[in-house]
Amino acid sequence: MSVQTMSLSGRKKEVSNKKMSFWESLYLVAIVKGLWITIGHLFTRKVTVKYPEEVRTRSAVWRGQHMLKRDEQGRENCTACGLCALSCPAEAITMTAAERKPDEKHLYREEKYASVYEINMLRCIFCGLCEEACPKDAIYLTESKVLVPASYEREDFIFGKDKLVMPLEMALANSKNKN
Amino acid sequence: MESAIIIEKSIFIFTIFAITMLAAMYSTWAERKVAAWLQDRIGPNRAGPLGLLQPLADGMKLFSKEEFLPNTPNKFLFVVGPAISMSVALMTSAVIPWGDKLVIGGHEVILQATDIDVSILYVFGVLSVGVYGIMIGGWASNNKFSLMSAMRASSQMISYEVAMGLSLIALLMMSGTLSLKEISEQQAGMNWNVFYQPLGFIIFLVCSFAETNRTPFDLAECEAELIGGYHTEYSSMRMGFYLFAEYASMFISSTILSVLYFGGYNYPGMGWAIEHWGVNAGNLIGVAVLFIKICAFIFFFMWVRWTIPRFRYDQLMRLGWQGLIPLAIANIVITGLVMVRHELAAALGF
Ligand code: SF4
Ligand code: SF4
Repeated sequence: MSVQTMSLSGRKKEVSNKKMSFWESLYLVAIVKGLWITIGHLFTRKVTVKYPEEVRTRSAVWRGQHMLKRDEQGRENCTACGLCALSCPAEAITMTAAERKPDEKHLYREEKYASVYEINMLRCIFCGLCEEACPKDAIYLTESKVLVPASYEREDFIFGKDKLVMPLEMALANSKNKN
Repeated sequence: MESAIIIEKSIFIFTIFAITMLAAMYSTWAERKVAAWLQDRIGPNRAGPLGLLQPLADGMKLFSKEEFLPNTPNKFLFVVGPAISMSVALMTSAVIPWGDKLVIGGHEVILQATDIDVSILYVFGVLSVGVYGIMIGGWASNNKFSLMSAMRASSQMISYEVAMGLSLIALLMMSGTLSLKEISEQQAGMNWNVFYQPLGFIIFLVCSFAETNRTPFDLAECEAELIGGYHTEYSSMRMGFYLFAEYASMFISSTILSVLYFGGYNYPGMGWAIEHWGVNAGNLIGVAVLFIKICAFIFFFMWVRWTIPRFRYDQLMRLGWQGLIPLAIANIVITGLVMVRHELAAALGF
């Protein structure tokens, strides 16, 4: 088989400019064939998901809303190393680092922590690269099915630590489950 | 007696008017539903159950839109255009025999607004005025795209009217009458004209598509080339009138197709039904049957729309002048030969 005649899909058709006969030029046969195809679609299963009533099932590896993790003692894992921000292809993450005070040992696990940690949800593409980059297991994408809610203000889409950090009760519950 | 007839006819005309409007309204809904179904979607389902209130919502939206008048010297014609389209689309329904007759209190009511004996000529006369609605609207818009679209629409309608008329001549040769009522009566039972005139029917059908500006002949409205076609400059209810007129004329075309070729209000066993269930019941079923036929044709119009892409302009003209007109003439000749076959055989000495 030569390259010219090869067909990967097996459906290759030569274009021909041959003159149509009288019957062909009336298009009747072709139209009836077309009608036959479309009427078949009248009886096929519809693909629409009626959204507010029905929610599409999501894959097992669904990447949902981010969360900044706490360890078993309820301390934040993040050390503000900036690797997540560096790895983010959408440049969605910004943070400000701060030094841990001696009396904050119960709040932050490492000596340096993120005093501000923001993800711009309008930029984020939920690729999960931040999760992969993090050396401290601090950020991860949860299974949450809740989508970023709509809003009129751009500021509302910048999620700060108040929305991202894992609630304390959840951390304690987790540690209880483990023990 | 005189005033009784006037009242009776007024009620009847009003009913027909309402039904035509309703049918046109719900054709827009049906169009979306059919389009959705043929594309594996669901279609409108938010406004009321099954989206049945969608046409009302659309109407309300159109009414609340701004009435925009472009900077044109022909303001009067600009307003008249949609009005002509609409009234022409509605006028044809006057001569359609919707059913045979009802007997109310010993008084016969004929289910037809008026039974003039040249009703087919009347229908064609009125239909060909429809081109003025489009032409005037496109011209008065003072917009070159509207004008181009109007030119396309009118040349298309005029060309296809020729083939349409010719295909009809064969039918008229058989029926020997121009009255739609008599043509309906001749098709009693399953004696439908489509079985005697299949070729004529196909030609007539294709021409109806062209006459109503429906896909695959909707070149006048092709968005890709002509923005919105002849109603580009229209807004609010004037625009609504054009859209409405298109659906109304689709309804009327379906009716004419059913009456001329598919037996009108006739159904097999009609005589039996009238004998056993009475005149009224039998004829009311006839009316229902006619509406079923009309709905089937409307569905067919839509089915074709969502199947076939738009024709190219030269293809359209070639199909009309070099395809359909010769076929229609051949159909006339064949019909004539079949009708005089006995005389012909005698003359040739068989
Ligand atoms: S999920 Fe991807 S895009 Fe979103 S913040 Fe993490 S790295 Fe950036
Ligand atoms: S989330 Fe992880 S990668 Fe990002 S700054 Fe904190 S520790 Fe570093």
